[in-house]
Amino acid sequence: MTATNRDKATAPVLELKSIHKAFGGVVAVEDFSLDLHAGEIVALVGDNGAGKSTLVKMISGVHAPTSGSISLDGEAVSFADASVARAHGIEVVYQDLALADQQPVYMNMFLGRETVRGPLKLLDRKAMMRETQALVDELDVRIPSAKAVIRDLSGGQRQGVAIARATHWAKKLILLDEPTAALGVAETAKVEDIVRTLRARNIAILIISHSLDQVFRLSDRICVLRRGVQIGVRETARTDKNEIVSMITGVG
Amino acid sequence: MSEADTKAASPPEEAKDERVRQISPLRKALVRPELGSICGVILVFVFFFLIARDSGMFSPEGIQNWTVVSAQFAIIAVGACLLMIAGEFDLSVGSMIGFSGIIIAMMSVTYEQPMWLSIIVAFAIAMGIGWLNGFLVIRTGLPSFIVTLAFLYILRGLTIFLARVTTNKTIIGGVRDAAEGDWLAAIFGGKILTGFFQWLADNGLIDKFVAGNRAGEPVVDGVPMLVVWAIGLIIFGHILLTRTRFGNWIFASGGDAQAARYSGVPVNRVKILMFMFTAFCATVFATCQVMEFGSAAADRGVLKEFEAIISVVIGGALLTGGYGSVIGAALGALIFGVVQQGLFFAGVESSLFRVFLGVILLLAVILNTYIRRSITGER
Ligand SMILES: Nc1ncnc2c1ncn2[C@@H]1O[C@H](COP(=O)(O)OP(=O)(O)OP(=O)(O)O)[C@@H](O)[C@H]1O
Ligand SMILES: [Mg+2]
Repeated sequence: MTATNRDKATAPVLELKSIHKAFGGVVAVEDFSLDLHAGEIVALVGDNGAGKSTLVKMISGVHAPTSGSISLDGEAVSFADASVARAHGIEVVYQDLALADQQPVYMNMFLGRETVRGPLKLLDRKAMMRETQALVDELDVRIPSAKAVIRDLSGGQRQGVAIARATHWAKKLILLDEPTAALGVAETAKVEDIVRTLRARNIAILIISHSLDQVFRLSDRICVLRRGVQIGVRETARTDKNEIVSMITGVG
Repeated sequence: MSEADTKAASPPEEAKDERVRQISPLRKALVRPELGSICGVILVFVFFFLIARDSGMFSPEGIQNWTVVSAQFAIIAVGACLLMIAGEFDLSVGSMIGFSGIIIAMMSVTYEQPMWLSIIVAFAIAMGIGWLNGFLVIRTGLPSFIVTLAFLYILRGLTIFLARVTTNKTIIGGVRDAAEGDWLAAIFGGKILTGFFQWLADNGLIDKFVAGNRAGEPVVDGVPMLVVWAIGLIIFGHILLTRTRFGNWIFASGGDAQAARYSGVPVNRVKILMFMFTAFCATVFATCQVMEFGSAAADRGVLKEFEAIISVVIGGALLTGGYGSVIGAALGALIFGVVQQGLFFAGVESSLFRVFLGVILLLAVILNTYIRRSITGER
């Protein structure tokens, strides 16, 4: 199924060419290239500080690459900020979630693209609450209500909200930065189901995870990063954990 | 996939977490930011009703008196409130009031420009400075406390300098004559509903002057434009904050700027616009005051920045941003005005006003914090 999807698509959804990113003297990412196709799940793995989150933030427009090019559907893009990437159908679950703590769940779900109605374009809170409730029910995110304030939620509940937000809006590409790090066993399984559903919707998915089990369960390809350097990309079906581990650690 | 289907089909009750308490309507009402200020308003009214009932404080003139003072506070409090919710302060508001006033008087009186032009120029310059405040805060990443503190001094110094070099004085009078018949000046000075108040007086509902050159006129002859501006700004600020997308961005920018940015909220634009709005409010205040007094003075507006911030904090806003209410700030301004004028009516030594103010500020903030904590169970 994956193979056919990939053959159909001519240009990759996302194409990274020789991406380089330095923060002052620290080189976070060095010469990174990757194609991501519609309906494909690519896992990005590497130890802490390898540069995975930095890569995600460059794709989503939070950071600008020092050099290199990012293309969407074959067209070079340069996002001034996160809202531009979002307008292109890119959604992100950030590692630190990026939820507004003092705001209710439904407002976070719609932050930056609130539903409005009437000629005065006033907020349609009822509609947003209704839609949020339907969404969290569908995804089995257990929260007290759509009106609950983020600050009052548990870490896992917050992660659930962030995932619900991203999956709701994703059109083309979704970037998941350790989406299940705070989740229990059942919730993790649920999120993995959701990710597969997204793939069936022909969305391209880049997932970061420290759980190799999860990576092998979900991904079509695995990309390894070590201290900012791209070590290699492997087809999940043609590799094993030993190979990936040695690529991550550089030992063996 | 099939597993997801069965889960989605299961009754919603099952999906609910039994540990989660349902939020009662009472608790919801109590965690509103305005709570402390509502209690405060009731408290000060009861207090002054008890000690100053016979002083004329609650006669039509008395009411007009503290309404006008409260409205002054409210005008700058609305700006400070939105800015504080957006996560920033403006300590240059007081200096901006003096500065805008001198610009208006200098242009219209000293340089004999039309009043409307002078007012527009004052607004343009003030909002330009507001923009600069915001731009510097965003660009340098310095706390707005520092940046606007610098402008507190810069603007006050410039104001005195400008007044001195152009007129050799620090007070410029004659504004009333210059404003005579000007269409824009009428929006900031003067009164509305004068016919209604005349009618009230004719029907004996309010008193008329019995002697003097205003004999036969009602003691309260209309609603000052200052009050109209205050009410207008409160309504505008409240609707903007609670009913529009932009209002939601104000909350998000102040609560967690990073999260807001990641969500595509134009945080920088929101903050800079709020600095400009604060400057706008300060200039409204300045213009109304210049029209009322018929003069501008270089030392006007001293300490107004803190009075605005105090009103906002009494109104339940958090200094850290992301939380607050325009209605609360307006009630804070009302408390402020009633206390200031009430002490005067009650014959209390006027120097004690600031003492009362400090005490009220402390009490209101302690009350707000205490209530919020006891309800949310935080510590
Ligand atoms: N905004 C920043 N300013 C300076 N240095 C940064 C910044 N963001 C990341 N870095 C540096 O870039 C490197 C890569 O960080 P990054 O967050 O991408 O790692 P990661 O692979 O996501 O790690 P983890 O698995 O712990 O999440 C680190 O050395 C980090 O210190
Ligand atoms: Mg990371």
